[in-house]
Amino acid sequence: MKNVDIAIVGGGPAGLCAAITAADLGAKVILVEQDDALGGQLVKQTHMFFGSEKQHAGTRGIDIGTMLVEQVESNPNIEIMLNATAMGYYPDGVLGINQEENFIKIKPLKMILATGASERMIAFPNNDLPGVFGAGAVQTLMNVYGIKPGKRVLMVGAGNIGLIVSYQLLQAGVEVAAIVEGSPNIGGYLVHASKIRRLGVPVLTSHTILEALGDREVTGAVIAKLDEKWNIIKGTEQTVVVDTICLAVGLTPLTELIDQGGGKLAYIRELSGYVPIHNQELESTVSGIYVAGDLAGVEEASSAMVEGKLAGAVAAKALGYKPKAAEQIIEEAHQELFDLRSGPVGAGIRAGISKLQEVRQRC
Amino acid sequence: MNEKKPAIVCRCSDVTLEQIRDLIRKGYTSIDEIKRITRAGMGPCQGKTCGPIIEREIAQITGSKIESLAQHRQRGPIKGIKLGTLAAGGDHKHEE
Repeated sequence: MKNVDIAIVGGGPAGLCAAITAADLGAKVILVEQDDALGGQLVKQTHMFFGSEKQHAGTRGIDIGTMLVEQVESNPNIEIMLNATAMGYYPDGVLGINQEENFIKIKPLKMILATGASERMIAFPNNDLPGVFGAGAVQTLMNVYGIKPGKRVLMVGAGNIGLIVSYQLLQAGVEVAAIVEGSPNIGGYLVHASKIRRLGVPVLTSHTILEALGDREVTGAVIAKLDEKWNIIKGTEQTVVVDTICLAVGLTPLTELIDQGGGKLAYIRELSGYVPIHNQELESTVSGIYVAGDLAGVEEASSAMVEGKLAGAVAAKALGYKPKAAEQIIEEAHQELFDLRSGPVGAGIRAGISKLQEVRQRC
Repeated sequence: MNEKKPAIVCRCSDVTLEQIRDLIRKGYTSIDEIKRITRAGMGPCQGKTCGPIIEREIAQITGSKIESLAQHRQRGPIKGIKLGTLAAGGDHKHEE
């Protein structure tokens, strides 16, 4: 059994920032990452970030990742566990970790869960044909391993991920036949959508995929128009010739560990599904377990980093490490989150967070 | 469309949308029940793919909101683990 001040599960933007902040304040931290490298989704984000200077706006996601990983690696208070998957959290406060052929138990005083989110899929005929990908998988193939997923792609979903991955496909020399989006509006930032439109890719709102075509692999897709009640309008079906269908239809927070730890969940559509009920200092309904990043509600990497910082400072402060310095970081983080979520693009998140606070008061 | 091609909901255990909808119409309206009958959610991904789809189908067919459905249990282990590794269970290396 390993004892430690703070165990952090997930080495993405939230987990990395939580580790750096808590360790800088003096806490001993174990950072658990299931992949063979730290960085989470930052490693494939070749685009520049928005936000303010504090969240490294203007820097590419991958470079932010490299910088954070260097800070984590050089911090003597942080023990990094790679290829290590948290398998379960038990009622006696023990976290079970599978690292290669070992099962390791950790009993931390505090825990920060930054497990992120998984990609949503949709069910349509032939969706198991080779050539149907999640957008995250396409991004990993292209940007991490340098492999093109195909020659011509239909993108499903015009949120930020759908738009950004479409652009990156074009950059890699892959044709994007069209982007279909079920809702009448483009969900992602207009900046990203404009880039795509300038390159001549049609963004078909109120459209959906009906089925994938092909015998052994994708050779096309049938798409159709939707009415305002999301019913398919007969006669609008059309076939697009593509060898790849890329699904960017949203993410779902990974709540298994917090659920096993007894943390209560609430379904908040604006936060992308079931999320752990938590207070403004990111503490779940279980004392001493904090949540940060997409797990706390799917947002952007910039807010994930700030939430990581916030959770790291709150956990370290609760253990008595430099409470004054921690308090200052907490205040700064609150302000940064407020700024990131202000304006029209933050409206959904703000609504989700206020719903979550209502639920929290009731339970 | 032309001939019927299955829409796969659970890729780990090859469960189709049609199977799921049939079960919901028969009155199996929780993820846990559907899991026990079809094995959807018991494969390597432990419901990460099929869970949200099944939730949506239950809500749509029963005419209820997702938030009012029963939450399903998310048991450990979260991912597949070798029995030997789990049994060695501790702080020492597993001997082959």
